[in-house]
Amino acid sequence: MTPLALLFLVLGLGLVAWFTARAKAGGFATPGAPRPHSRPNYHGWYVTLWAVIPALIFLAVWSGVQPGLVIDATLKSPAAAQLPPPGMERAAILSEVRGLAEGTIEAAFNPLSDTLLPAYKQARLHYGLIGAVLTVILAFAGGAYAFTRLKPDFRARNRVERVVMAVLLIASLIAILTTIGIVASLLFESLRFFAKVSPIEFLTGTVWSPQTAIRADQVGSSGAFGAVPLFWGTIFIGAIIAMIVAIPLGLMSAIYLTQYAKPSTRKWMKPILEILAGVPTVVYGYFAALTVAPALRSFAASIGIAGASSESALAAGLVMGVMIIPFVSSMADDSIAAVPQSMRDGSLAMGATMSETIKKVLVPAALPGVVGGVLLAVSRAIGETMIVVMAAGLAANLTANPFASVTTVTTQIVQLLTGDQEFDSAKTLAAFALGLVLFLVTLLLNIVALRVVKKYREAYE
Amino acid sequence: MNSRIPNPVAQLDMPGAAESAVRRPTDWKSGAMQSRVRRRYAAERRFRFLGLTAVLLSVAFLTFLLVTMIGNGIRGFTRTEIRLPIDFPASTLILDPAALRGPEADRALAGADLEGVAAAAADTAFGQGGNRLLSDGAWIAVRQAIKADPSILGRKADIWVPASTGIDLAAKSEAAAADEAAHARLEQAGAVRTGLNLGFLTAADSTDPTLVGIWGALKGSLLTMVVTLLLAFPIGVLSALYLEEYAPRNRWTDLIEVSINNLAAVPSIIFGLLGLAVFLNFMHLPRSAPVVGGLTLALMTMPVIVIAGRNAIKSVPPSIRDAALGIGASRVQVVFHHVLPLALPGILTGTIIGMARALGETAPLLMIGMRAFISSPPSGLTEPATVLPVQIFLWSDEVNRGFVEKTSAAIVVLLLFLLAMNGLAIYLRNKFETRW
Repeated sequence: MTPLALLFLVLGLGLVAWFTARAKAGGFATPGAPRPHSRPNYHGWYVTLWAVIPALIFLAVWSGVQPGLVIDATLKSPAAAQLPPPGMERAAILSEVRGLAEGTIEAAFNPLSDTLLPAYKQARLHYGLIGAVLTVILAFAGGAYAFTRLKPDFRARNRVERVVMAVLLIASLIAILTTIGIVASLLFESLRFFAKVSPIEFLTGTVWSPQTAIRADQVGSSGAFGAVPLFWGTIFIGAIIAMIVAIPLGLMSAIYLTQYAKPSTRKWMKPILEILAGVPTVVYGYFAALTVAPALRSFAASIGIAGASSESALAAGLVMGVMIIPFVSSMADDSIAAVPQSMRDGSLAMGATMSETIKKVLVPAALPGVVGGVLLAVSRAIGETMIVVMAAGLAANLTANPFASVTTVTTQIVQLLTGDQEFDSAKTLAAFALGLVLFLVTLLLNIVALRVVKKYREAYE
Repeated sequence: MNSRIPNPVAQLDMPGAAESAVRRPTDWKSGAMQSRVRRRYAAERRFRFLGLTAVLLSVAFLTFLLVTMIGNGIRGFTRTEIRLPIDFPASTLILDPAALRGPEADRALAGADLEGVAAAAADTAFGQGGNRLLSDGAWIAVRQAIKADPSILGRKADIWVPASTGIDLAAKSEAAAADEAAHARLEQAGAVRTGLNLGFLTAADSTDPTLVGIWGALKGSLLTMVVTLLLAFPIGVLSALYLEEYAPRNRWTDLIEVSINNLAAVPSIIFGLLGLAVFLNFMHLPRSAPVVGGLTLALMTMPVIVIAGRNAIKSVPPSIRDAALGIGASRVQVVFHHVLPLALPGILTGTIIGMARALGETAPLLMIGMRAFISSPPSGLTEPATVLPVQIFLWSDEVNRGFVEKTSAAIVVLLLFLLAMNGLAIYLRNKFETRW
């Protein structure tokens, strides 16, 4: 029986248990007798949990152990005597046998597989049967044990609620597990990378050419992992060009929509601006590569800038800036709205015009919030992948010419991991080191930004 | 831009003026003051105009983006077809019409050299090299025509077959001179038409832009989203409930909160690296499979759902909890019978927005190998698959010019899905929003 069928069988047994226990508990509430502690449904759930949980835990453990047991039994069979010694070849034959037995392969490549097949099938049937019987027995035993405990004064609800609380706690621990998983996987692979390339060379080197050649005598076989051009490209596109677009446009849109626009205009314009944030980044990337970049290149050529590339930093940065506008705008919106009305009224009452009030009172007062929002926007821009992959190019140039091609951390991560590469090479491991740097920088930016915003909010509360 | 405006009062407050006991009132009618007020009002108007420009620029960019995509994309939903006269009795085809009526029809057709027949017919009809006017998949149209009506095998029949990329481009926009000339000739003969391309919605990826479709990618996206939803929604809602309703305020809960807030801001590509290292290299799940994509996206979407869920739960007024507790409900009953149902619309809105973000996500899926060339729709959660945004990325890299309009058409489909999801979220919010 397959694990999936067993799973449904156990769940079915749980359903049966629920109805039986509920029927029994329904009989507790007889006139004259003391009132039962828990509602019949809770008795039902109590028995169901006892029937299902131990059986499912066993099933999970068993489906982890069973393949090993089956292989062991197959190896002990007389047919296994001709098998080659443990190693690649033996593993290949065994996986072929498994494929044959499960029907994923139609014919064996190695004739030995066919001779082993009966033994394997026999062992699989044997252990599958043992697993199925034990699971069903556990389900019945758990259910029966819980069933015998049902009494009118049995505190079924408290026990069921304890399980519910445990489930809630486990669900919220998954967030921590994810964080640990990210940090651990990035750190583990990065350490392996730093065993091959020194961290100092990685962080301060200015030559990036991750191609490690297959033959030692090939040209450029060394492979250089100096990531400074990548860091510069990321900052140039994400923190400089994109912000030059996003900060003025975002801030001015927020000011116009909150201070000048009629409420009806604001009601329509704000969602339209938010659409900019909802467009998938791959669409922006396609737009940048197909429309913006060629236009910029012909513009650069027409004003006589040499070395304009069709994959320019400017194209990626501009489009990324537009993508970030609603982000900056909504952060600025929030922080301007948090400035107390009395400050605005005071300034207007003194005879200042609206723009003077905004420039001299509202924006200075909201500045920490705006700065926090900009930091968050920068952290988003430098982690953005698809726009730069599609529009920024791969040449690791250390240049401040916006019409030249630069590359970024995220572009290189994609580039390093999407080819056909063995997993242990310095080239693939470098992607994890880059990921670690990206993770740490965005984490730092987020923490600083959130702290700035929080402190500022407290100042006016 | 901001010319410093001197404060008139401060100017009068100079040491010399302070000594004279009488402060002369400002003469607002004087020419100097009038021009200063004018300057200030002009500055006000300039500032206001700048604000409006900023908004309009953003809107203009959005409009330009959408118009470009839709303009290109509309053409992707159509295809050009050529009328191909085939003289079946004279052809080399050996097919028994009787066999085509039975259940063996597919096998009989599979053995027939329809490709050769179509090529020969094109060469006869349009001269030497006429075969190149047809799409590589022209014979599929011939097969369908035979299947629909086996009797045409006994006579001469006109069959509409898809045209090659060059003819397709020539019919819709500009193309290479040779293709334009060929198209003009066909048009004169009345042997060409452009119509709706249903194959685009039902086929999967292909190397020939006239044959590609998005159904394969769309199905991959749907399977991935199902996995994401099944994992992220329950886990997200349960942890939101725990953090908002039960969690004691201590270091552990703070840690959970901090990690959820940080996860929501971690770049998506980092989740791709996590998926690659944990799901593929450590747990050895199948590469390119929707189940791995769904797991990765679930980890990414969960924090969004938790944050939206917590806000929704927070907005349920305490009086409801107090009332339920007051009539003897346990704390679990309070939450599951009263708080959760009231907070559900808000949670659902947040979930839909998180799912829309996951649907448009590309980078993490590239990391776990969902960029493979998949020419048939995935049939299960562990089959190799690709998703719509990755398909867009793959097509955008193609050299063949025919893919430009197909990429835009796929983008239009993706945007329609996102629009529908966000529209649903807004509808839910407006319909069920309760002001307590």
